[in-house]
Amino acid sequence: MNRVTVNREMCKECEYCLHFCPKKTILKKSDTVNKKGYYAVEAVDMTDCIACGICATVCPEGAIMVEKDV
Amino acid sequence: MSIVYKRPEVFTDEYMKYCGGCGHGIINKVIGELIEENNWQEKAVFVWPIGCSVYADKYFKVDSICALHGRAPAVATGVKRATPENLVISYQGDGDLVSEGMSEIMHSAIRGEKFTVVFVNNAIYGMTGGQMAPTTLMGQHTTTSPYGRAEEFTGHPVNMAEIIAGIPGCYYSERVTVNTPGNIRKMKAAIKKAFEYQMEGKGLTFVEVVSPCPTGWNMKPVKALEWLSESVISTYPLGVFKDLGKEEK
Repeated sequence: MNRVTVNREMCKECEYCLHFCPKKTILKKSDTVNKKGYYAVEAVDMTDCIACGICATVCPEGAIMVEKDV
Repeated sequence: MSIVYKRPEVFTDEYMKYCGGCGHGIINKVIGELIEENNWQEKAVFVWPIGCSVYADKYFKVDSICALHGRAPAVATGVKRATPENLVISYQGDGDLVSEGMSEIMHSAIRGEKFTVVFVNNAIYGMTGGQMAPTTLMGQHTTTSPYGRAEEFTGHPVNMAEIIAGIPGCYYSERVTVNTPGNIRKMKAAIKKAFEYQMEGKGLTFVEVVSPCPTGWNMKPVKALEWLSESVISTYPLGVFKDLGKEEK
């Protein structure tokens, strides 16, 4: 299965990844805040992920890593 | 598992000081990717100006120098003339390049200096708290134009990419933006082209990036991108305004 890893402490809750993700089910805002007080995004359901890398491309913090299962 | 995307290695682990959704982070990341992909880490020299863009000096494992407000093209001129084999990048915001340092960028273009200017245009003074800049749109509300920018007091926004393209010393001038993943890839192609022209020893290469400033515009980041697509792009049309390399082919 493909994998999306979000660096929780770098996330600033801009929601670009949530907005541009073509599947909309993979990422979700967490219920707890990180050290800086943001509700960081986390990867919840990887079944639909096609590893397109759009979430990582639009992330201004470089907080997202995308790996494709080959 | 093969890696589709990860943070560029030329980046440090420093926490980025930009506000959430700031376009600077995306542009820094793209420049970092280009430096890494083309092995320019030993050759690249950044010249930082004053403004939000100066924060990036802590994020790259690359040589850099900080210039006075608006004087980054003057410092870049010195660096490029002393070490012409290096990739010299002057990374400036709109308050710095258009307002404070207008004469430096104009004379660098007139002299045909052979470095690259990445000009980040967010239509506002971001760092100092959202004041009106020369690039602010007509009717745009800022802290120093609370009733909207009016023509009779402040004139019209400045389209730098077109102005620089009109100067003979400029070799390449393009305007790009970061509002969609596709446009981010186009921006990467534009900056790569500018860097390659510089490494071939051509004239001044200028890339203007229209970027969101959600904090300065008083909008949520996604709303700021929508406003950028609707309003800012109509004032600052995207496209290539000069590409002598293409004409030579």
